[in-house]
Amino acid sequence: MSTSTDTIEELAGREYQHGFVTDVEQEVIPRGLSEDVVRMISAKKNEPEWLLTWRLQAYRTWLAMKEPTWGNVTFGPIDYQNIIYYAAPKPKKTLTSLDEVDPEIRRTFEKLGIPLDEQKRFSGVAVDAVFDSVSVATTFKEKLGELGIIFCSFSDAVRNHPELVRKYLGTVVPYTDNFFATLNSAVFSDGSFAYIPKGVRCPMELSTYFRINAKETGQFERTLIVAEEGAYVSYLEGCTAPMRDENQLHAAVVELVALDNATIKYSTVQNWYPGDKDGKGGIYNFVTKRGACAGVNSKITWTQVETGSAITWKYPGCILQGDNSIGEFYSVATTNNWQQADTGTKMIHLGKNTKSTIVSKGISAGHGQNTYRGLVKIAKGAKGAHNYSKCDSLLIGDRCGAHTFPFLEIKNSTARVEHEASTSKIGEDQIFYCRQRGISTEDAVNMIVSGFCKDVFRQLPMEFAVEAQKLLSVSLEGSVG
Amino acid sequence: MLTVRNLHARVAGRDILKGIDLSVRFGEVHAIMGPNGSGKSTLARVLAGHPEYEVTAGEVTFEGEDLLAMDPETRARVGVFMAFQYPVEIPGVNNAYFLKTALNTVRKHRGKEELDAMEFLTLVRERMKQLDMDEAFLNRPVNEGFSGGEKKRNEIFQMAVLEPRLAVLDETDSGLDIDALRVVADGVNAMRSADRAFLVVTHYQRLLTYIVPDVVHVLSEGRIVRSGDKSLALELEDKGYGWLEEPVGKP
Repeated sequence: MSTSTDTIEELAGREYQHGFVTDVEQEVIPRGLSEDVVRMISAKKNEPEWLLTWRLQAYRTWLAMKEPTWGNVTFGPIDYQNIIYYAAPKPKKTLTSLDEVDPEIRRTFEKLGIPLDEQKRFSGVAVDAVFDSVSVATTFKEKLGELGIIFCSFSDAVRNHPELVRKYLGTVVPYTDNFFATLNSAVFSDGSFAYIPKGVRCPMELSTYFRINAKETGQFERTLIVAEEGAYVSYLEGCTAPMRDENQLHAAVVELVALDNATIKYSTVQNWYPGDKDGKGGIYNFVTKRGACAGVNSKITWTQVETGSAITWKYPGCILQGDNSIGEFYSVATTNNWQQADTGTKMIHLGKNTKSTIVSKGISAGHGQNTYRGLVKIAKGAKGAHNYSKCDSLLIGDRCGAHTFPFLEIKNSTARVEHEASTSKIGEDQIFYCRQRGISTEDAVNMIVSGFCKDVFRQLPMEFAVEAQKLLSVSLEGSVG
Repeated sequence: MLTVRNLHARVAGRDILKGIDLSVRFGEVHAIMGPNGSGKSTLARVLAGHPEYEVTAGEVTFEGEDLLAMDPETRARVGVFMAFQYPVEIPGVNNAYFLKTALNTVRKHRGKEELDAMEFLTLVRERMKQLDMDEAFLNRPVNEGFSGGEKKRNEIFQMAVLEPRLAVLDETDSGLDIDALRVVADGVNAMRSADRAFLVVTHYQRLLTYIVPDVVHVLSEGRIVRSGDKSLALELEDKGYGWLEEPVGKP
């Protein structure tokens, strides 16, 4: 009926901007999964015996597990024997400094806006760059090292700090946790490791940039961050992938441990390839992220901006063990075209006077389906626990859907739990109002959407808030109807 | 500056405007009056380019240009402003940001420099003072949680900042108490000038005691059935709209 609908539909055409493929020589292992494959991955990394044992236990557990079906997402069967579990660019030689990174790969990251030269980087951000299954570079290692901060690839951590890895690996997300986390535990190839010693405030943002490049591979990275007593760290991850017709599996695990009085802020800007306009291709983003507020007064904040992936299935949560600990979850999830997202959080209150805040903003456009799923659990001993949840959905057009499944489990009568929810639609009226003031339809939609997401964006580090906003406007372009 | 010829328009399958002829010159204030359903607000929205209204015949030229060929944002940029009867809420977007975006888009189109944050603030502070508005208002989300009166005042404030060539006020007086009405009228009167025209759509004569029109048109069933000077408005106040429904001037 209305002309603005057509205009908005037209605008939708912008393509995914990170869809290129890098031509590098790859080392891949044969497709399929078996004990041998697990052993092969472990051997490639010269891992200690205990880690191989752990992987194998995970693999054997996984064999008896079933893919979860409770998610509000639909997808065809995944053939786990048809996935390549390890792909790495062939190093020309052993790297001794950042300057020796394969120029092809260096260019890839530059194209993505992640220069690996320390001078060119946003000042104050250290990056670990992960290309397919391996970490290719970590910047600012030395500078951070002076403060006792360890920031390196997971493989380096296993090599150089095995005692730390062994102490914390699997303590928050055990290898028995769930189908995808267990699979990850068996075959994870790389990822990032950060350790902030007692009393140290990490002076720069730490970040990991994940890039899937190889075909028909899965990416299974694992991130572990430990903040000792009184430590502080802000961490950001970003990710992109080439455009490919087949779906690719990304099953990552992130574990955070915050000891007494420590704070960890973990922000994600997820921009995996979402598939094309007809829903072909795209990444299956099946991720397990969890933080343990293990110590008193500790705090973990998850902030996520999820714009990519064909399917997103993730629930970054906090186990609020320490008394007075705080867990926060701020999320913007968008689904356009045929994307599906089932995302939310779990806040498990165990300690006294623990507090959690959940702010979830779901935006659906096109045929996108967006589900908020959350669990707030207040254990018997969690006296004085407090949760506040706010879940808002914004619908753009009338072919998309928004769903909310908040679960509450309260076993202590002193708990206070508040839940607010709303669903609204970007109205033609709002858009016309903006246009009547001279603002184009496209800018109007961006303005309305960023207004809707404001509470979440303000949680992101400055540079990334700007990035996230841009990303959001690209991913939603032309989606109003 | 504005010439409307034989304008026909429909919305939701119903013909509302059935041949409007209207000519407005710079410096003039025209009042559009008429009973409910006569097409007053439709005329305002058609001029602003509301996508739900379909023009089925006729033409509109604005400063010699075909207004109907322009999309709504272009109309706004060339200087057509509509104060909404029901201003829309935009949660999370503050007034200052919204208005600065609008103003700079309009300025850019007119070949003027965009204003930076400081210049913008200086300008809006001055305008707010004129309209007796609190500065805290700039940080509130657009129209969200505003009272009816605040929303209408915000429309006039936006008009004062955007400085249009043609301002169409769509029942800006509805829902206003007498004090708010006076503030709104003062705002409009302060903006009257030789290079600007106003089209004031209203159901009641009340507003026109404060904003004195040069010409009054009466709409009935999608046509202008009477035009006259300000005394026509008073006559309507006296007699109501009923006497206009009879066919007039037909041989």
